[in-house]
Amino acid sequence: MSDIALEVRDLVKTFSLDGTTIHAVDHVSFQVKFGEFVALVGPSGSGKTTMLSILAALLTPTDGQVLIDGQDLAKMGEKQRVKLRREKIGFTFQSNNLIPFLSARENVEFMLRLNGKLDHASRIRSDELLARLGLAERLHNLPAQMSGGQQQRVAIARALIHNPALVLADEPTASLDTERAFQVVKTFANLIHENERAGIIVTHDLRMCQFVDRVLQMQDGKLIRVYEDKDEIMELATATIH
Amino acid sequence: MKSIYLATYLALKEVFRNKGRFFLVALVIALITLLVLFIAALGEGLGNGNRQYIANLDAQLVVFLEKSDYIISSSRLETNTARSIRRVDGVADAGAIYTSSTEIVSLDEPLKVSMLGAEPGRPGMPPILQGREFRTGEARETVIDRNVALRTNIRVGDTIKIRSTQGTKDEFFELEVVGLVDGQSYFFQPTIFVPAATWEKIRPQSESELNSDTPYPNIIAVKLQDPTQIEAMSALLMERVPNIEVADIQTTINNIPGYSAQQGTVQTQAVFTLLIGILVIGGFFQIQILQKVPQIGVLKAIGSANGMVGLSAVIQIIVVTALGVGIGGGLTYLFSLGFPPTIPLVFNGVNSLVAVILLLLIGPIGGMVSIIYAVRIEPLKALRLG
Ligand SMILES: Nc1ncnc2c1ncn2[C@@H]1O[C@H](COP(=O)(O)OP(=O)(O)O)[C@@H](O)[C@H]1O
Ligand SMILES: [Mg+2]
Repeated sequence: MSDIALEVRDLVKTFSLDGTTIHAVDHVSFQVKFGEFVALVGPSGSGKTTMLSILAALLTPTDGQVLIDGQDLAKMGEKQRVKLRREKIGFTFQSNNLIPFLSARENVEFMLRLNGKLDHASRIRSDELLARLGLAERLHNLPAQMSGGQQQRVAIARALIHNPALVLADEPTASLDTERAFQVVKTFANLIHENERAGIIVTHDLRMCQFVDRVLQMQDGKLIRVYEDKDEIMELATATIH
Repeated sequence: MKSIYLATYLALKEVFRNKGRFFLVALVIALITLLVLFIAALGEGLGNGNRQYIANLDAQLVVFLEKSDYIISSSRLETNTARSIRRVDGVADAGAIYTSSTEIVSLDEPLKVSMLGAEPGRPGMPPILQGREFRTGEARETVIDRNVALRTNIRVGDTIKIRSTQGTKDEFFELEVVGLVDGQSYFFQPTIFVPAATWEKIRPQSESELNSDTPYPNIIAVKLQDPTQIEAMSALLMERVPNIEVADIQTTINNIPGYSAQQGTVQTQAVFTLLIGILVIGGFFQIQILQKVPQIGVLKAIGSANGMVGLSAVIQIIVVTALGVGIGGGLTYLFSLGFPPTIPLVFNGVNSLVAVILLLLIGPIGGMVSIIYAVRIEPLKALRLG
């Protein structure tokens, strides 16, 4: 097995709006390895969400290639894409992450149910993961009975429990205070590293970059800069007053 | 298989975690069920009261006077018509029926009844359950409908007194009850049977009619040798016997004054109640699905198939509807126990079953739009709605 979890080759997504063409993603290429945690940053409208939607097989690109764990998204039918989403991808969204009528534990276990992998052993893993995220006391709580940070942590557990190749997080800290935000992203980074998954976090909060291995900076749909050096990343994360 | 399991899991979890909300909807469905079942029972009860005697005739055809438009009260046949009909090949038997309405006054409260003249042993005279047939001629004897007996405590061997307005005077006649027949309600009234000659004597009539002693039958019930030959025999009778028209039993019932209009009214009420049910359920589930767009987007984004999400919506609607119909059925049963017998409610198995099936369908029909909507929600909504 290759150590490349995600490969993006010359990706293009254009939208036509009132006769004008918007280049939401403009010839972007990059790779993410297993065990690597990457941040996707850039100003509003730079194409981050569009990029994430394509990586999640929710949006078809205009041109270019996306390979997840070696599988080319373009060569898949809708059924296979649904299968890929539940097997190979883990998700956390900005808000409304959880199924409101399922408890914390049930939300995480649902991912296993979807994959037909809910058994005694995986239940224990699920509870352990939630405990790891500080939610041991919250297993039976419904989303409405938890804080925003707790909900995000449940979503992270759900995104990881089925061992997907790629974990995608869209603005996971948007609704959290600084303290909680740091805590959530840090735990996220640790889990990505430990489980050797590939993680991409979309954020406009550059301070979160201190926990990642690489930063992809987008602007007007283009990948304008990649920060790989640890010092450069720390500089970006601390110097900028957001 | 797996998707049925997942769909059921999601559908039921949501119901259990929102018991109050779903119970309220089930209760609305229960009330609609109660209403529909009662309307059906009322329709059956009213219809029964109107048609029971005709529906139970041991006959396949009914002969009317020509141009009477199959209306029993406007038909008045010649006395020898029954005999002519019996001579036609293929006719097993024919019995003349004389209709009128009178009142039993020898009771604490007078009871309006249909008084029918009929011939013992011939179509038109129902089988005796208890006692014996009346003698023919002018015997002052009567055979009564069991419902009359039940409601009044009249027994075989008793004598009853009836009142009839003849000309300008109220006349009273005494009749000995010699037998009982099964429920034979006609024109919303229980029935008493008398011999034709007696009927002519004691029925309410106008001054001019008093001069004649000849009973003219309203209709003749015809029993065929081959009950399947309804059309052919109907044509043959009209060819052989002058001045008549012939109808089958259903046509006769439909032409009982008010019968079709009444059944139509009752059916319209039932249909409208079902439509209201469809709208209520449709509205509820549509509003619910609109609130659930982000949640369904997430479900799909994390890899739930469209079919599973749609199936889950269907299962949920069916469960809630079935629960409502179940509660409604139970309520209907409880209420029916406590209903006064004067209200003509008849719970007919077939009608109730049809109503229950229709009620179970209003959920999925009402929820159709929301189900389609759920299936169409794009998983991208999970990201873009954030
Ligand atoms: N469905 C769409 N139709 C038209 N334009 C779109 C659509 N989605 C995104 N865009 C445009 O593409 C660009 C990138 O948007 P987006 O990916 O949401 O950026 P970001 O997430 O970085 O804020 C924006 O100019 C946006 O207006
Ligand atoms: Mg965005």
